[in-house]
Amino acid sequence: MAQKATVSWIRTNGRATLAMAGDWTLANAQDLAPAVAGAAAMRPGDPCLIDAHRLTALDTTGALLLLRALGDTPPSFSAADVQGMNPANMALLRLVSARHGQLAPARPVHASFVRLLERIGGGIVNAWHQARELLGFVGMMLATLGKVLSGHRRLRLTATVFHMEQTGLDAVPIVTLLSFLVGAVVAFLGATVLRDFGAEVFTVELVSYSFLREFGVLLTAILIAGRSGSAFTAQIGSMKSREELDAIQALGLDPIELLVIPRLLALLVMLPALTFLGMLAGLVGGGLVGVLALDFTPAMFIGRLHEMTELRHFWVGMAKAPVFAFLIAAVGCLEGFKVEGSAESVGRHTTASVVQSIFLVIVFDAAFAIFFMELQV
Amino acid sequence: MSADVLIEVRGLRSVFGTQVVHDALDLDVHRGEILGVIGGSGAGKSVLLRSIAGLKDPDGGSIRFLGQDTTHLRAEDRRAIDRRFGLMFQDGALFSSLTVLENVELPLVEFHHLPPDLVKDIALLKIALTGLPLDAAAKYPAQLSGGMRKRAGLARALVLDPEILFLDEPTSGLDPVGAAAFDELILTLRNALDLTVFLVTHDLDSLYSLCDRVAVLSDRHVVVADRIAAVENHPDPWIQACFRGPRARGARAHQPAPAAAIAGGNDGNSR
Repeated sequence: MAQKATVSWIRTNGRATLAMAGDWTLANAQDLAPAVAGAAAMRPGDPCLIDAHRLTALDTTGALLLLRALGDTPPSFSAADVQGMNPANMALLRLVSARHGQLAPARPVHASFVRLLERIGGGIVNAWHQARELLGFVGMMLATLGKVLSGHRRLRLTATVFHMEQTGLDAVPIVTLLSFLVGAVVAFLGATVLRDFGAEVFTVELVSYSFLREFGVLLTAILIAGRSGSAFTAQIGSMKSREELDAIQALGLDPIELLVIPRLLALLVMLPALTFLGMLAGLVGGGLVGVLALDFTPAMFIGRLHEMTELRHFWVGMAKAPVFAFLIAAVGCLEGFKVEGSAESVGRHTTASVVQSIFLVIVFDAAFAIFFMELQV
Repeated sequence: MSADVLIEVRGLRSVFGTQVVHDALDLDVHRGEILGVIGGSGAGKSVLLRSIAGLKDPDGGSIRFLGQDTTHLRAEDRRAIDRRFGLMFQDGALFSSLTVLENVELPLVEFHHLPPDLVKDIALLKIALTGLPLDAAAKYPAQLSGGMRKRAGLARALVLDPEILFLDEPTSGLDPVGAAAFDELILTLRNALDLTVFLVTHDLDSLYSLCDRVAVLSDRHVVVADRIAAVENHPDPWIQACFRGPRARGARAHQPAPAAAIAGGNDGNSR
């Protein structure tokens, strides 16, 4: 068990002596620290001696505390100044003393208002940089895509098909299930509100309009942004952190052609396909609620769907799918390229990728809504 | 058991699947020495370090720390021993979300109730002891060079004033000047802080300039553990290939005098 550490001042022959006793170690530091602070306050002005005859152990923390007790101008710890300390502890004390002299930490702390302004400014500059980077990256993607389509660069067919399976086929269950459920919820909600007006039959239009124009594509895009956009960032990001991207460049290959174009093409094909499935699933969900809760027959539901819903709503929804696919692929890949070094950076950029791509999808969806309204389609 | 044996490994067996890494391995670590462990790639040097440090359960045999078997301890007792061990990993293994200062402060904050200014002082002192410039304290690990990350990892390993320091390839990935400075730093710290050092290395220069004893790991056990002059002349073919090879000649020719001065300098600047 550690011996209790003590510190005291003794005055002999007109010279002050600091008497140390017990274990001056980290384990005792909690009790020793206030005692040392007290001793430092009572420190005499003239040079002093150190009596370590009753010192039983010393570690770096103990040495640091001794320096604190002696104040800003510690003695040189020559043999004449320190009595009764063994050579090992003396060496430790000198080393700590030499290094402690170098410590002068004074980090400037700004007032909180200045820091608030600093953060706002930093955020704005950052957003501007990100927008510019994204635009630049989109340009690079389009240029490379043009070269691939015109045959100047190779199309990586195997990689493209692989990503089509990963982002498209594997996402079918979750996209259809969620669209089905949301379709059912919309139908139920519509039926509840419309029943008061005796207009339950309009539930069909509610479900078909909302799913064909908006929900089919929006739900799918958000799911794919969370599922595949994040995967793109993580895949490319971990390659970046292991210098694989540098290796690709050093071998004279183009990372955009090799990594980005297959992912982009896969999403451009698969997001519309998934959107189509999502629309179907939503309509089925709405129809099921109609049949079970509103006493429609399936034939009635399909008949009214045919009669009242024009094909243009379907095209409005489908037209948005490739745009969202492009956005998700661009943000997902770009964030992957922005990863630096550590694994933590991969995580940060993956989060940023999901947040940004969902944000952009919804912003573009709103812009499309206004655009199509003005066109009156 | 003699009084100055700090760690006693007896009959250690380590198995991964069907691959036997150690079998009937015996090794003693004496108090106050710097023990270098060397062996071919895949000879199980790091596994040995991890077994002794308690990061891997041995598949057989015993490991004793001051006479106490450490292999079947309750978690509480194991942690008490862990605090007496300091571990420096190959690339520092610093927590990437914390600054260097916070990394070094962490064990102090977790295990001791000290005033914050004292915690900070102790941590800064350890950072200064390892020869890092003080402006590195506020940086994140990703902003440091490999050599600085190693030094920061060493500062964290030293913060609880451990009795035994485990170093996993401390000089790998450093330039020759940085590696020599690091060797000197370890020697200085051992002398000043009364440490026992367990060192896994590939670096023959380190073995010659730093180690009191060298243990050679080959064919699943410790072939020999002795002073380097004695190890050199061991008939084992791997040892002969290693210590009579072209790389050893240079290392032996440049045996430096033991460093007594405080190791200084820093290797590499922040990126």
